[in-house]
Amino acid sequence: MTQLPPSGPDAAAPAAEAADGLTNGSGGAAILAAGIGCGALGVLALAADASPALNHLMSVYRPSGALSGVSTSAVLIWLAAWWGLERRWSARTVDLRRITLVAFALLGVSLLLTFPPVMDLLQGK
Amino acid sequence: MEITTRDLWTVVHGMGFGALFMFAFSGALAELYRMTTPGAGYQPSPREQVLFRFYLGAMVALAWGAVLSGAYVVYPWYRAAPPAGADLADYPKALLVSTRRTSAWHTVGMEWKEHVAWLAPIGMSMVAFVFLRYGRAMSRFPELRLAALGFVLTALVATGVAGGFGALLNKYAPVRGGTVIHLVDGERGKADDAAPPLRP
Repeated sequence: MTQLPPSGPDAAAPAAEAADGLTNGSGGAAILAAGIGCGALGVLALAADASPALNHLMSVYRPSGALSGVSTSAVLIWLAAWWGLERRWSARTVDLRRITLVAFALLGVSLLLTFPPVMDLLQGK
Repeated sequence: MEITTRDLWTVVHGMGFGALFMFAFSGALAELYRMTTPGAGYQPSPREQVLFRFYLGAMVALAWGAVLSGAYVVYPWYRAAPPAGADLADYPKALLVSTRRTSAWHTVGMEWKEHVAWLAPIGMSMVAFVFLRYGRAMSRFPELRLAALGFVLTALVATGVAGGFGALLNKYAPVRGGTVIHLVDGERGKADDAAPPLRP
């Protein structure tokens, strides 16, 4: 019977797993979650800047304004993503190359979206 | 010599947390690179690895201290809305946006700084966890090592932006006020009788 090739995060699993059983899944989960958290920060910062309603909603601590909600939400998204991914991947070997690429892409998005001239450009200001 | 509570908190935020965190990057980058290089002749001892874990843990604490004290202690003073007729010197954001010559310090500088700074604690927490979990074994996973170094470099850039703009913003529109803390008595000068006290 023909064995199907692995798909998903295991698709190109590296052969780095050693005899000690240490897999790269836990590291992959932390890296992707960090990328997701950073990306969420950028998207939420842009959204709160563009939408007065969301800006008001994000002002969970009035003296700090929308920054309080944007940063708290991004941190919660990061921790939730980390928790979920860690549960799924901690004992597995995952395609770390693809995960790292996605995490760097999200990090790039966050760097762009937190830069005010880019925020203004995207909003047509 | 006097200082106000707001001055003190600004120093704690910028120098106590931010600058110390910034100083630590060179050590983190050098040790992370050295300890995780595949095939390197150098083998860090278990003690060195433990020390580096504490080092990264201290960086994480400094990074979170910097963003939390900034967002929840100093920033509210910075962005407070002035009442009608108030002296704008006590309201840094209002002072900056009151003229075209300085408004971009807020619309570009502060708005960039307040968001991008959060990338540093998130990234450094991840790096510290990965090193805690894998230690020297990171050398067996090239992408893990690449991601860790990439996030540390990004955290360095984010901290540089936040720290640089923080210093300049505090130069053009310092956060002032609060309770005056008297530190030491200075020598009496000619202007003492006419000098106004430090703004409360």
